[in-house]
Amino acid sequence: METLKKEKAKTTKQNTIRISGAEAIIHCLLAEGVDLIYGYPGGAIMPLYDEFYKFQDKLTHILTRHEQGATHAAQGFARVTGKVGVAVATSGPGATNLVTGLADAQIDSTPMVCITGQVARHLLGSDAFQETDIIGISTPVTKWNYQVTEAAEIPKILAKAFYIARSGRPGPVLIDITKNAQIDTFDFEYEPCKAVRSYKPYPTPEATAVEAAAALINSAKKPLIVFGQGVILGEAEQQLKELVEKSGIPAAWTILGLSALDSNHPLNVGMVGMHGNYGPNLLTNECDVLIAIGMRFDDRVTGSLDTYAKQAKVIHFDIDPAEINKNVKADVAVLGNAKQTLSMLLPLINANSHQDWHNEFKEKYKIEFDAVIKNDVYPTKEKLTMAEVIEEINIASDHNAIIVSDVGQHQMIACRYAKFKQSKSNVTSGGLGTMGFALPAAIGAKMGAMDREVVAIIGDGGYQMTIQELGTIFQNKTPVKIVVLNNEHLGMVRQWQELFFEKRYASTVMTNPDFVKIAEGYHIESKRISERKDLKATIQEMLASKDAYFLEVCVEKEDNVFPMIPAGASVSEVRLK
Amino acid sequence: MAERNMEKKWFTISVYSENNVGLLNRISGIFLKRHINIESLNVSKSEIENVSKFTIVVYTTPAWVHNIVGQIEKQIEVIKAFSHSDEETIYQESALFKIASSLLFDERNIQNIIKESNAQIVTVSRDFFVLSKSGRRSEIEEMYEQLKPYGIMQFVRSGRIAVSKAEMQISKLIKEFNQ
Repeated sequence: METLKKEKAKTTKQNTIRISGAEAIIHCLLAEGVDLIYGYPGGAIMPLYDEFYKFQDKLTHILTRHEQGATHAAQGFARVTGKVGVAVATSGPGATNLVTGLADAQIDSTPMVCITGQVARHLLGSDAFQETDIIGISTPVTKWNYQVTEAAEIPKILAKAFYIARSGRPGPVLIDITKNAQIDTFDFEYEPCKAVRSYKPYPTPEATAVEAAAALINSAKKPLIVFGQGVILGEAEQQLKELVEKSGIPAAWTILGLSALDSNHPLNVGMVGMHGNYGPNLLTNECDVLIAIGMRFDDRVTGSLDTYAKQAKVIHFDIDPAEINKNVKADVAVLGNAKQTLSMLLPLINANSHQDWHNEFKEKYKIEFDAVIKNDVYPTKEKLTMAEVIEEINIASDHNAIIVSDVGQHQMIACRYAKFKQSKSNVTSGGLGTMGFALPAAIGAKMGAMDREVVAIIGDGGYQMTIQELGTIFQNKTPVKIVVLNNEHLGMVRQWQELFFEKRYASTVMTNPDFVKIAEGYHIESKRISERKDLKATIQEMLASKDAYFLEVCVEKEDNVFPMIPAGASVSEVRLK
Repeated sequence: MAERNMEKKWFTISVYSENNVGLLNRISGIFLKRHINIESLNVSKSEIENVSKFTIVVYTTPAWVHNIVGQIEKQIEVIKAFSHSDEETIYQESALFKIASSLLFDERNIQNIIKESNAQIVTVSRDFFVLSKSGRRSEIEEMYEQLKPYGIMQFVRSGRIAVSKAEMQISKLIKEFNQ
């Protein structure tokens, strides 16, 4: 606490104070509006932790149980708030444990700043205790990284780190700070970063490109919108909604675009991609104009590129010039922030309804409903399905919960069936597919949105990758709701083995511990159910709880997720069984 | 993109950047991630004060070059990256040949090779002399083949350096960034 702190700062010149590098880091964080950070202490970062102690009334540090947990918590926080998440670790193993979170944030464009301690400058390159080249290691998985070796560099570099992490297409930044730079004193002065001369985060949209896009859209008979996280990151939800409503164009979403448009919106036609909905996948290859907004044509979205939307003119709205023509050739590319470009587009769009075309989606939905959805959500078989659990959460939360999912079958089911009324409500590891993401990400999501219900949906496999974060939940009394859908398998891999490896189930059967007892060990209220009659009441009980709650639902062991586009197949080959 | 199946060609990628520790690692990582070999690399100052220039030669498809240039430009400290085919650039390489001094006097043909190849004698000592040759890769290769039978004590060739025939408006870009 500041009150505990000896007044060592001496005014040297106007507007500056002479303080240590470590204290300067705190002032930089406060100046950037940070009041919550996740981390784990250790030798090379101890001077900073000493300042965390002194400033604990202004800056809350959450001790996770592993540095990876700190990164995912920071990501969860960033994804629901739109702010930069911050994670701190020591040098060596502390720093290397951040790598998965960095890679996840990089591929999912999540703003995050990681601060690592490093051995003192004079020890660099000497293979000192806990020395590792984290700059070299993190380079391919960061938007930017930098090693600070002098205290005086700290304000400028941290200001730049936050500016880069949040601007343009967001991403993770790692700042490695040697121990001497944390200890040495200098005259501190802080100025936020407003520009970097070699970096242009917001390309200027070209009016001619927007006009060309509008002309194509207005002349289209069967247009399809596919939107991604760019809509959420660019805060263009309202513009997207207006575009959809004015143009009458059916809109489908990528897994990271989910929640940008109300799930119950009549023109929301569902998810594209490997386990997306039947209609949008199939009709991708029948539309005449494909309008991609803030998405990057990931292979899980497109399937085989050789047969992807070849009949369609493609309009690509994106903030990142490197995404244009990377996977799919754009006939019209509109560069810029989605809010800006869609606002320019809207007045040029003719009102339309595309009723016949929309009816095709409804017909396809009916086919999918009868073949898949009905059995998933309203099963008649004895064992519980994952989808009916999600549906009960939908009902009990009135579509207002933040759903944090891990990776695997339950993730696909959660994203297929969870319904959202508000944006920034779906938190999942999309690009990297990081098992173990959900539990720590849910901690960050809850701390970023204390007024909202946060439900983590996790498989029994991924849960055990970061299960130690129950300790963080217990220590901080974080009221997250944890639902483990236990099928005693690594379900998605098992599904592939069944379909593509002639049922050779190599290492996908899990012998699990008693998850309820583990949660009880952390003094978290917990329950296990395996029968349908207990489902509704238990979900209601869980959501009514003011504290953290752990619910294990034993589900059918060998269910598969459909529809499915086999890897490398065309979107036209989407299978219903 | 399907165009990845297009034919491979030689490309010179010119990168204007800040001169910061670690940027070379960041740029080379882009090639590594795509399993594309860098055929030659040269880093130097550029025509603009405090701006560095990377000259990278790759043998790959136009689609990959487009992808790589996009990723390089995306790096925070990169101001601009360009790619050019051989026809669009003026380019050269430099080579040094270290050869035993005795050959200079014993082998008459060595003197002819030096004259005809427009090579320069950099230094002559009792034991060896050093030839310097700048030019196209093929010219250096030809000189190498001619000297090889007499014995080359050491040989080294630089990365390609190149200027584009078309303008690269970096100063204008920097002004735009600063607006």
